[in-house]
Amino acid sequence: MEASDQRALFDQMVLIRTFEEAILREYHADKSPAFDIGAGLIPGEMHLSAGQEPVAAGVCAHLTTDDAVTATHRPHHFAIAHGVDLDAMTAEIFGRVDGLGKGRGGHMHLFDPATHFSCSGIIAEGYPAAAGQALAFKKRGTDQVAVAVTGEGATNAGGFHEAVNLAALWKLPVVFVVEDNDWGISVPRAASTPVDSNADRAAAYGIPGVRVEDNDVEAVYDAAGEAVARARAGGGPTLLEVHTLRLWGHFEGDAQGYRPDLETVPAKDPIPAYEALLREQGALDDAAVEAAHKSAQDAVETAIAFAKASAEPDAGSVRDYVFA
Amino acid sequence: MTTMTEQPTRRLNTAKAMVEAIATEMERDDNVFVLGEDVGAYGGIFSSTTGLLDRFGPERVMDTPISETGFIGAAIGAATEGMRPIVELMFVDFFGVCMDQIYNHMAKIHFESGGNVKVPMVLMTAVGGGYSDGAQHSQCLWGTFAHLPGMKVVVPSNPADAAGLMTAAIRDDNPVVFMFHKGVMGLPWMKKNPRSIGPVPTGEHVVEIGKAATPRSGSDVTVVTLSLSVHHALDVADELAGDGVDVEVLDLRSIVPLDTEAIIESVSRTGRLVIVDEDYQSFGLSGEIAARIAEHDPSLLRAPIRRVAVPDVPIPYSRSLEYAALPTPARIKAAILEAVGR
Repeated sequence: MEASDQRALFDQMVLIRTFEEAILREYHADKSPAFDIGAGLIPGEMHLSAGQEPVAAGVCAHLTTDDAVTATHRPHHFAIAHGVDLDAMTAEIFGRVDGLGKGRGGHMHLFDPATHFSCSGIIAEGYPAAAGQALAFKKRGTDQVAVAVTGEGATNAGGFHEAVNLAALWKLPVVFVVEDNDWGISVPRAASTPVDSNADRAAAYGIPGVRVEDNDVEAVYDAAGEAVARARAGGGPTLLEVHTLRLWGHFEGDAQGYRPDLETVPAKDPIPAYEALLREQGALDDAAVEAAHKSAQDAVETAIAFAKASAEPDAGSVRDYVFA
Repeated sequence: MTTMTEQPTRRLNTAKAMVEAIATEMERDDNVFVLGEDVGAYGGIFSSTTGLLDRFGPERVMDTPISETGFIGAAIGAATEGMRPIVELMFVDFFGVCMDQIYNHMAKIHFESGGNVKVPMVLMTAVGGGYSDGAQHSQCLWGTFAHLPGMKVVVPSNPADAAGLMTAAIRDDNPVVFMFHKGVMGLPWMKKNPRSIGPVPTGEHVVEIGKAATPRSGSDVTVVTLSLSVHHALDVADELAGDGVDVEVLDLRSIVPLDTEAIIESVSRTGRLVIVDEDYQSFGLSGEIAARIAEHDPSLLRAPIRRVAVPDVPIPYSRSLEYAALPTPARIKAAILEAVGR
C-alpha cells in the first residue's frame, strides 16, 4: 500500500476520534453532577464509535459522494469518512436549526442527500433501503454503489436477511458491511447466534462473504476495495464482516458492568496501533502525526463552535416537514 | 383539480381504472416502477397490476420474494434516490411483518431530514372483508396508518376516483398509502357493488388528495364514510328517500389529509351525523371525526352522533358472524333512523 494512502487512512481515523472525543466532552459537560440524559447542550442518547474507525475509514476510502452509505444508530464514523459536512452534522447532533435535519433528526437520524448518507435508529432498518438505492442506481445504469452498515447484532434480524437475499437475487451493487464489535448492547455475540462468522451467512445467498479480523484498517481497505469494485462492475453484492472493537459503552452513561474485557480494551485501540505500524514502516513521522491531529482539531472545534452558535429551532415550526 | 364533466369517459371497473392510471404514469415518467408480490404475470391478486408486465417488462414490473420488509424497504431506498416506486403490500393485514419500514422509515425520513429528503412512493394494499377470508385477511386498518404521521392515506370508492387518486398519489412527493377495498374493485370472482364499474375520464384525470366528494346531497342527516361503505350508504339513502328521509352522503376519499371542512359544512346544514367506518370502532376514524365536530362546535348537532363500525372484534370467518361485525346496509339504516328520530 502506498504511504500516502496509509496516511489518508490514519488521518481519517484521527479525525473521527477527535470528533468523538469532542462530542464526549460536550455531551458530559453539563450533565453533572446528576447524569440527566435529556439535559445539556447535547440531549438524548449518544452512541459513539470509538474503536470502530478502521471500518469506516477502510470502506469509505473507495467511495465518492455519489455512492450511498446507510449507517446505524452509531453513525458518526461512517458519516465523517463518507464526507458528510461536519458543521451541519454537528449542529444536528446539538439539535440546532443549521443541522442536517434542522434539529428534527438528532444523532441517530442523519440524512445528507449531498453524499447520499443516511442512518437509522432501528436495527437492520437501513439494509433494505440500501438495496433500494442500489436498485435505483442499476435502473439508471450508473456505476454508483450503495454501502449498508449494521452491527453484528442486526444479522439476526429479518430485515438483514431479506435485504441480502433481495440484493443477491437482483445482483444489485451493494456492499453489506457488518461491524462485529462483539456486543449487542450487553449481549455478547455468542449469546445471540451460533454462527462464528457472519461472512459464512453469505453462502446462504450465493454471494461472496469476507471476514476481516483484528480491526485491521488495511485489511478492511483491501477487502472493501474488492467488494466495491465487484459491485461497480455489475458483479452484485458482497457481505463483509469486520471484527472491530467497541472502545466505549453502548451509549454514554453505560457503565458496562456486563463486560469482562474492559481492562484489556484500551490496549486494543486501533489508532495508536496503526500509528506505531506506520512509524515503523516509515510512512508517518512526528510532523505528519502532529499535522493530522492539528487539522482534525481545527475542523472539529470549528464544527462545535458552528453548532453552538446555531439557534434552537423555533418552537412555532414544530409541525414543519411532516409532509413535503 | 377534479374532472371536468364534459371530459369523455369509458366504463371501467376500479381495478382496470387503477391499472390504467399506473400505466399512464409509467409512460409519462421513467422513474415510476412497480414491485411487490405477484404483481407480474399474475397481475396482482386483486388485479391491481394486470397487463403491466406485458406492457413494460420485468425491469419495471418486478415480482418480489415474500419479504415485505425487504421490498418495501427497497422501494423506500429507491424513492430517496428520486425514483417513484409503487409497491404492493398484498393484504393490509400483512403490515405487521413490515410496519417498521412503513412508519419508522418511509413516513419519517422527510421529517427527520428537515425536508431535505423526499420519499415519493405509493404503497398500495387491499383492504376489507365480506368474503369469509377470516381475521388475518379482512381488516381495513386505515386508522392505524392515519394515526402515524408522515404518510397520506387514500381510500377510493369508485373507478373514477381510483384512477384520479392513483395519478395524484404517484405524482405526490410524499409517501402515499393507497388502500383499495376488494369489494369496490369490480372483480368477476367477488361479490360486487354495481358502482364498482363506472365512467372513468379519458386523458388527464387527477383527483386532488384531501378533498371529500358528496355523491348524494341531502338535508336531514350526513353520513360520513369511505370505500365500500359509501355504496352501502348510497343504497340505504335511496331506500330511505321513499320514506321521506333525505340523506347526504360524504365520501372522504382520503383520511390523511382529512377534509374536516367538508364534514363541518355538511353537518352544519343537516345537524345530524352518522359515521360509517369498516375499521375497528375504538380509537379510530369515527372517534376522530366526532372529536373534530365537538372541537369545532358541538352545537351544530341536533342529535347525538351515531357510529357504525366494526365493534372491536377480529373479523370472524363464519358468514353470519362476519356480517354481524361489518357495517352492513341494515346497520347503517338503523343508525340513520335513530339519528333522525324515527
